[in-house]
Amino acid sequence: MSSAAPIEPPVLVRVLAPVGRVFLGFLAVVGSISVFTFRALTHCVTPPFYWRLTLRQMMDIGYYSLPVVGMTAIFTGMVLALQSYSGFSRFSAEGAVATVVVLSMTRELGPVLAGLMVAGRVGASMAAEIGTMKVTEQIDALTTLSTNPFKYLVAPRLIAGFLMMPLLVLVADSIGVFGGFLIGVNKLNFNPANYLTRTFEFLELKDVVSGLVKAACFGFVISLMGCYHGYNSRGGAQGVGTATINAVVSALMLILIFNYVITELFFSQ
Amino acid sequence: MSAPPHLKIHVSDLHKSFGRKVVLDGLDLDVARSESVVVIGGSGSGKSVLLKCILGLIRPDSGSIQIDGRDVTDLRGSERDELMLKFGMLFQGSALFDSLTVWENVSFGLIQARGMDRDAARETAIAKLAQVGLAPDVGMLYPAELSGGMQKRVALARAIAADPEIIFFDEPTTGLDPIMGDVINDLIVKCVKELGATTLSITHDLASARKIAHRIAMLHEGKIIWSGPVASIDRSGNPYVDQFIHGRAEGPIQMQVSR
Repeated sequence: MSSAAPIEPPVLVRVLAPVGRVFLGFLAVVGSISVFTFRALTHCVTPPFYWRLTLRQMMDIGYYSLPVVGMTAIFTGMVLALQSYSGFSRFSAEGAVATVVVLSMTRELGPVLAGLMVAGRVGASMAAEIGTMKVTEQIDALTTLSTNPFKYLVAPRLIAGFLMMPLLVLVADSIGVFGGFLIGVNKLNFNPANYLTRTFEFLELKDVVSGLVKAACFGFVISLMGCYHGYNSRGGAQGVGTATINAVVSALMLILIFNYVITELFFSQ
Repeated sequence: MSAPPHLKIHVSDLHKSFGRKVVLDGLDLDVARSESVVVIGGSGSGKSVLLKCILGLIRPDSGSIQIDGRDVTDLRGSERDELMLKFGMLFQGSALFDSLTVWENVSFGLIQARGMDRDAARETAIAKLAQVGLAPDVGMLYPAELSGGMQKRVALARAIAADPEIIFFDEPTTGLDPIMGDVINDLIVKCVKELGATTLSITHDLASARKIAHRIAMLHEGKIIWSGPVASIDRSGNPYVDQFIHGRAEGPIQMQVSR
C-alpha cells in the first residue's frame, strides 16, 4: 500500500472541519425531529383514532403522576413561603408573601417543576417502552398487521401529554398555594382569611393561563421526545438505554428553553 | 412492464445499500402462486433486508417489487396498510406484543385492521391456537410467561390468524431445539397447505428449508446465485451451494471473520 502522502489540509480547514461536522449533525437531528413531528401530528388528526390507548396514556401521564407532582408542589409552596418571608422581612414587606407564592407557583414553578418531574417519569418510560418494541421488531410487527405505529403508539401519547399536563399543573398550582398557606398560617402566624384574600388579590387570569399554556407545550414536548428517541433507538438493550437518556435530557432542555420563550411572549412589553 | 399472472411475488433488480455497504445488488426473485420458496444464505447476506423491502419496512434504493402484478415498491400510508392485509409474517424473535395477552396478540390484526368485534375475534384466536397445538387457556397468559417454542407457535398463530394469501417466515426455527424446530416446521407445512398460501421464508437451517420448501434459492452477496427444486439441492453443481449445505469453512464463500 504505497501511495503518495496525503496532502495536509491547511490549519484553518482542520480547525473548522469538526465545527462544521457538529453543526451538520445538529441540523440533521433538527430535521429528523421536524419530520417526525409533522408525521406524528398528521396522524393525530386523521382517523382511525385509538381512544382506549389514548385514555390509558392519559391515566398514565395524568393520574399516576399525581403523587410525585403533588409532593413536589407542596414542598415548593412551603419553601417559597418560608424563603420569601425571611427575605421580605428585611424590608418589612412580609405582607407580600401570599402574592409571591401564588404568582411564582402559577407562572413558573408549577409548570416547570411538574414538567421536569413528568419528563423524568413519563418521558423515560415512553422511550424505554417504544425503544424495546423497536429493537424486538414489535413495531415492524404492527406494520405487518396493517396497523400504523404512528397512529397506534405515537399519536395517543402526544394527545395525552398535551391534554393532561395542564390539568396536572392546575392541581400542582393549587397544592403549591395550599403548601404556602399551611406555612403562612401555622408557622408565620398570618391570619388565614387575610392570607387567602392576599393570595387572590393580585392574581390575574393571565398568570394562570400562561402557566397552563406552558404546561400543554411541555406535555407535548415530553411525549414527543419520548416517542422520537424510542422510535429511533437501535441495537438492543444499550440502544434502549441511550434512547431513554436522550429522551429525558432533551425533554428537560427543551422545557427550560420553551419556558423562557413562552414567558417572553406573554409578559414582555 | 407487468409480471406474468401466475407470479404472486415478482422482485426485479432490487438494490439496497446502507452507507457504503451494499446489501442487495440487483436481486431478482419470483414466487409463483401457492409456491413455497425458501431463501438460504449466510449471516449478513441480506436475507432479512429482502423480506423487509418486500414488506415495505425498508425502502429499496432501486428496483421493483410486484405483488399480484401490481407495483408496490413505493406504496405508503393507507394503501400500504391495505396491502398488508394480504400478508402474514412470522418474525425471528416472535415479536409478540408483551403488553397484550396471547389471544389479543393472535387476534390483533382481526380487531385493529379488520374491525372484528372482540368476542368473535377471541373465538377465532382460540381456534387458531388449537391449530398450532396450544390449549385455549394459554390464550389468557402473557407472552413473557411462555417458553420460546410456545412463543413461536403463538407468533405462527398470529401470522395465519387472518388467513393471509402470502406468509413470510423469518428464521422460523432459530433459537429452538431441533425437536421443537421440527414441530414448528410441521406446523408451517400443515398451516400453509390448509390455507393454500404462497410463502417466502429465509433461513440458514437446511433441515427446515428441506421440509418447508418447494423451491430453494441461494442468496450470496446481494444476488440470487442459484435456485431450483428442493430435491435438486444436493446435486446443484454450484460450488457456493455445495459449500453452504455441507457447512464447510473453505470454499468460494469467504466469511468476514476478521477485519
